[in-house]
Amino acid sequence: MEKERNYTLKIWRQPNAQSKGEFKTYEVKNISTGTSFLEMLDILNEELTLKGEDPVYFDHDCREGICGMCSLFINGRPHGPDEEVTVCQMHMRMFEDGSTITIEPWRARAFPVIKDLVVDRSAFDRIIQAGGFISVNTGVTTDANAILISKENADLAMDAAACIGCGACVAACKNASAMLFVSAKVSQLALLPQGQSERKRRALAMVEQMDKEGFGACTNTGACSAECPKGIDLSNIARLNREYFTASVS
Amino acid sequence: MSLDAKIPEGPLAEKWTRHKFNMKLVNPANKRKYDIIVVGTGLAGAAAAASFAELGYNVKNFCYQDSPRRAHSIAAQGGINAAKNYKNDGDSVFRLFYDTIKGGDYRSREANVYRLAEVSNNIIDQCVAQGVPFAREYGGLLDNRSFGGAQVSRTFYARGQTGQQLLLGAYSALSRQIAAGKVKLYPRTEMLDVVLIDGKARGIITRDLITGKIESHSAHAVVLATGGYGNVFFLSTNAMGSNGSAVWRAYKKGAFFANPSFTQIHPTCIPVHGDQQSKLTLMSESLRNDGRVWVPKTVETAEKLRKGELKPVDVPEEDRDYYLERIYPSFGNLVPRDVASRNAKNVCDEGRGVGETGLAVYLDFRDAIERDGRDVIEAKYGNLFQMYEKITAENPYETPMMIYPAIHYTMGGLWVDYNLQTTIPGLFAAGECNFSDHGANRLGASALMQGLADGYFIIPYTISNYLAGVPFEKVPADRPEFKEAEERVKERIGKLLSLKGKHTVDEFHKRLGKIMWDKCGMSRNEKGLTEAKKEIQELREQFWKEVKVLGANEELNQTLEKALRVADFMELGELMVDDALHRRESCGGHFREESQTEEGEAKRDDENFAYVAAWEYQGDDKPAKLHKEELIFENVKLTQRSYK
Ligand SMILES: Cc1cc2nc3c(=O)[nH]c(=O)nc-3n(C[C@H](O)[C@H](O)[C@H](O)COP(=O)(O)OP(=O)(O)OC[C@H]3O[C@@H](n4cnc5c(N)ncnc54)[C@H](O)[C@@H]3O)c2cc1C
Ligand code: SF4
Ligand code: FES
Repeated sequence: MEKERNYTLKIWRQPNAQSKGEFKTYEVKNISTGTSFLEMLDILNEELTLKGEDPVYFDHDCREGICGMCSLFINGRPHGPDEEVTVCQMHMRMFEDGSTITIEPWRARAFPVIKDLVVDRSAFDRIIQAGGFISVNTGVTTDANAILISKENADLAMDAAACIGCGACVAACKNASAMLFVSAKVSQLALLPQGQSERKRRALAMVEQMDKEGFGACTNTGACSAECPKGIDLSNIARLNREYFTASVS
Repeated sequence: MSLDAKIPEGPLAEKWTRHKFNMKLVNPANKRKYDIIVVGTGLAGAAAAASFAELGYNVKNFCYQDSPRRAHSIAAQGGINAAKNYKNDGDSVFRLFYDTIKGGDYRSREANVYRLAEVSNNIIDQCVAQGVPFAREYGGLLDNRSFGGAQVSRTFYARGQTGQQLLLGAYSALSRQIAAGKVKLYPRTEMLDVVLIDGKARGIITRDLITGKIESHSAHAVVLATGGYGNVFFLSTNAMGSNGSAVWRAYKKGAFFANPSFTQIHPTCIPVHGDQQSKLTLMSESLRNDGRVWVPKTVETAEKLRKGELKPVDVPEEDRDYYLERIYPSFGNLVPRDVASRNAKNVCDEGRGVGETGLAVYLDFRDAIERDGRDVIEAKYGNLFQMYEKITAENPYETPMMIYPAIHYTMGGLWVDYNLQTTIPGLFAAGECNFSDHGANRLGASALMQGLADGYFIIPYTISNYLAGVPFEKVPADRPEFKEAEERVKERIGKLLSLKGKHTVDEFHKRLGKIMWDKCGMSRNEKGLTEAKKEIQELREQFWKEVKVLGANEELNQTLEKALRVADFMELGELMVDDALHRRESCGGHFREESQTEEGEAKRDDENFAYVAAWEYQGDDKPAKLHKEELIFENVKLTQRSYK
């Protein structure tokens, strides 16, 4: 059965990219334990609006843990305390009655704040544009079963392809490195026969773009994978390093 | 204006091939002289934008999310159909066509549906070539599963994330064209109007969601691929931002709206838990492959379950009613969605529903786990089970899931001809936002198929045919038609910001949703619909007096975005009610209580209603005008659908 709880929220408020932000404190009451974290913020925003105060801005869309839009840094952890879920899938039963919850945006040079908890992650799109694709035009293909792919490789490719592009890995990393995100795409395509011919170019171009966007260097702390809501494995980074090395020397 | 669906001559199986041959082409060197606007980056939009660019056209592509990869297609779980017949179980293009027509309860156009089935195979080839990691068998071949409404295994899938993988495939193709400079991307940008010049669609008005800037964009043709409008109901499985504004604005500029009341209610969603909820979560239909749906046989047992005095696992076999298997022995748990949803409602109305609210039924994996072992079930549905557990704090390996129907998909949409062109020349509609292929009920795994068919394989041809007749000259975006449209958009925004009322946008949205769900939802009748119409009108009036939207236009203002969408939903909702009222038959997801068989199944009236209802806007204070596109069936025989 569901219970009702009260919380104190410390939320980062920043009117726009130019201004300096600050934490503001809010109280929310009678939140049922089955309410999702974002529904709890909806409730706060309804109250703020009725009082004539600017609601708290945050990104979200699918609320099913798959679009990668939600991006809150809660009590010092991207997507909050629950394991392998995005913040939109987390429920208030994770938080003790009466506790204080701190909510911040992703913090990284490459993800500038737009307003409150909303950040600009277009750097990720530009990394994919640099090489995260297989160059095949519409209609120029053979039968889907013409090339066999072992179940093992297909499964590994799928593991890597599960990345939702949320950026939690960057937010979790003390260097704000994007290696886990980049390695997931490079791995997926390197594991498939269709991805072979552009393999080298892809690894080089994506890493180059990543550096250009101002993401930090990877020092193998593993914080990214630990906080990734989709459990993207560190072995992908090892694979990216191999891909990059092979491509650089040849 | 009379409706011409422009269905090509010739036998069904040859129509598309012939039509492709007969259509005009644009010479490769001339393609770069044409600009196309594509609104939407879901399967339909991203596939179309990438394919146009590959052909050489200049594309502007818009979405309201921060990245095209987040379009709501990403959330599709279960799979995508194709008539590959890799299982050698008797599938064929004709069978997929037949199942889709029948599943849609004979309210879709034969020629379109046949073409959809025909290109379905190309889609799978395309996606595999892009690196979409579909599930495979140990031998390395592609794997399939079954979905409702079909007796063959034709659904391709990528774990429980098929939509994500297909969309990321289309997004990668799109990204490649962005890098090549052929597509200019406008994320966090919302389309607020279409602009017509000399009766043709020549551009759109947008709002930059970060700066609030209202801008005009001109082009030679406009493609809408903006998804469904299920959020009219407030609670649905659609993304929070999914909206009907683009199609609604097109409607108000003269595009006909077809079958607006045809909505799909998905049988397997996580039940509503309280009044603080803002979003419903779907549990993939694929679960019905192995899960068995049941409720207790008696109201007394149901009451004990609701109060928590009895656990579902302790209900003995003889006290369980596996009602789908009982009523529909040949399809069992895999009946189409409308049938499964309605039956769930029926047993709950009888008082046999479970869960705290009594609005839930069980989906039980006990027998499947016993038969195949937990590992096998985990490999198939692990992520769905995890998702369920995160939301409900219950473990579906140990206790049956609870599910209830929820709004999921809209079959209705902009009326389009065979070329996917609306009644406005130069304005095309692709994917869920058109009405084209699913009739009165969509089969599972067919929306992804349709989105990609439209985007990759149909619209690139048909738009060339249109553009071949359009002069190269660009229309400047500072023509008076654009300026006027911009002014109207600004006025509307100004009005919303000036109201300073006392009710939030969400309050209005929730009230609208409740009217729609209660009176224009899973079952509908004359009285309820007549009331709903009046209630919506009153609500709309109140909205335009008392809504409270804070802040300014010139900034990120999520309340304003919502207010604009809800304002449109309140008009669209009324048209849905009008459509439901006028269609005095039951068909597919549209269940009119007045029209049912003795056994309580939907009863069609082919004599009077075998048509597409296409509504034409006549002005805000005038009723919309009904146009009928008669449906002619030459290749299938109309029968009462039976899944028994
Ligand atoms: C939870 C869920 C699960 C599903 N599972 C399946 C499944 O297993 N199999 C299946 O076949 N189908 C499934 N469906 C249905 C299917 O996913 C959708 O019908 C399909 O993906 C719609 O694709 P689309 O390209 O038409 O629109 P969408 O993917 O919804 O994209 C709409 C695009 O339009 C943009 N947009 C909308 N309005 C505006 C505006 N005003 N201005 C600018 N941009 C705008 C959005 O930003 C977005 O880019 C599922 C649907 C849901 C909700
Ligand atoms: S690797 Fe994980 S944390 Fe990083 S973007 Fe992908 S899903 Fe998010
Ligand atoms: S809102 Fe889509 S992943 Fe959280």
